[in-house]
Amino acid sequence: MIYIFYFLFFGFLLTAIIGLLASWIDRKVTAKVQYRVGPPLLQPLIDIVKLLGKETLIPAGSSKITFLMAPVIGLASVILVSTLLWINNIYPAKSFLGDLIVVLYLLVIPSISIIIGGFASRNPLASLGASREMKLILSYELPFILAILVTVIKSGFTFRLGEILTFQAQNGAFVRSWSGTLALIVAIICMQAKLALVPFDIPEAETEIVGGPLIEYSGSGLAIYRLMKNMLMFTVPFFLIIVFIGGLRLDGIHLLYGVLKYIGLVALMTVIRNTNPRVRIDQAVKFFWGPMTIIAIIAIILALLGR
Amino acid sequence: MSIKLKALLKSPWVFHLSTGSCNNCDIEILDCLTPRFDIERFGMLLVGSIKHADVLLITGSGNRKSMERAKRLYEQMPKPCLVVAVGECALSRGMFIHSYNCPVPIDKVIPVDVYIPGCPPKPEAIIAGIVKLIEKVKKGTAKK
Repeated sequence: MIYIFYFLFFGFLLTAIIGLLASWIDRKVTAKVQYRVGPPLLQPLIDIVKLLGKETLIPAGSSKITFLMAPVIGLASVILVSTLLWINNIYPAKSFLGDLIVVLYLLVIPSISIIIGGFASRNPLASLGASREMKLILSYELPFILAILVTVIKSGFTFRLGEILTFQAQNGAFVRSWSGTLALIVAIICMQAKLALVPFDIPEAETEIVGGPLIEYSGSGLAIYRLMKNMLMFTVPFFLIIVFIGGLRLDGIHLLYGVLKYIGLVALMTVIRNTNPRVRIDQAVKFFWGPMTIIAIIAIILALLGR
Repeated sequence: MSIKLKALLKSPWVFHLSTGSCNNCDIEILDCLTPRFDIERFGMLLVGSIKHADVLLITGSGNRKSMERAKRLYEQMPKPCLVVAVGECALSRGMFIHSYNCPVPIDKVIPVDVYIPGCPPKPEAIIAGIVKLIEKVKKGTAKK
């Protein structure tokens, strides 16, 4: 029963609210960087309500069930992963063996749902965007997993998120050590690719392939995809906060620190997004398999040496 | 007014279609996105795909080849949706009125809600036109 409460309240409602707020912060900061005023506070919510009220078109010749199911699969996995993260964050003792691996797997599914939706929509540009997304996943997953492995090594080879959190509560956050800092840098850049923000927004390049995999989506399908992306803007930074910076604590002054950690990560993402041009897909693959993987391996060696 | 239309008025996403214009109107439309006018204040975004759009902005004189495509795009747009004609050519074919290539004005082919005159219209005029469109939807006289 308590799990259903967590699923609905923390996993869906709270994550969606924070995610929508984060996407507003992102748009507002972008506008401020460009000397504009920017959208009002409720804009992301209004967008989603509007899209839910519009007609849903299904392109002729597409596979209908796959086309309509893909956004739901993505949203469901985001809700599941944020439920897991919230439970681990609030009750570190309740984690099960290997939930770190489960979280890593579930975080890939939103990207996979975008790929499925893109291929199902029978549009050449959508297929192009989906294939680019696939290459992007292949490139960023390796350094991301290596960076997360650093925290596993540093917390004494445990695969429970709860034990990683309690270890950090006793011995200080991992980001204070050299290996933790290097791994966090790698993980932040991988997060940028995971959320498809600007240096790595190759799959949905507006100016080349007009929106990429989502080009044929309209109405509620697009609304679910937008909600999924906004929720990912909370879930992925939250995961990094849990494994590297000691989690969010909800009591007293620690709540303020938690909010500052999160806003810091979102502001960093937005600044990176606004000060960089888009790279090509081959440059992205080279970047992730070259420098990023090397830095992650250096971080692992440092972690094994106890630094 | 239903919540559907209220939300639509707060975040109208615009798809911008040129049916053979001289590009001046298109540049003025893009001017609306610049820091000076910043229509993202009102939730408007320029989208690349017609399936995401709520407002179809049409510029140009509407020649034979492009009007077929314009009609198809209008049919592909998810309803409820609105159509705005920008510039003298889109309103009345302008100087191309006697041309063999522009047999009918745009509003004979697809239902237009708001006409914005000018050659090209200023960004202020475009924003004023959008305000008129919003008033029209609020009164319930738009063609939807």
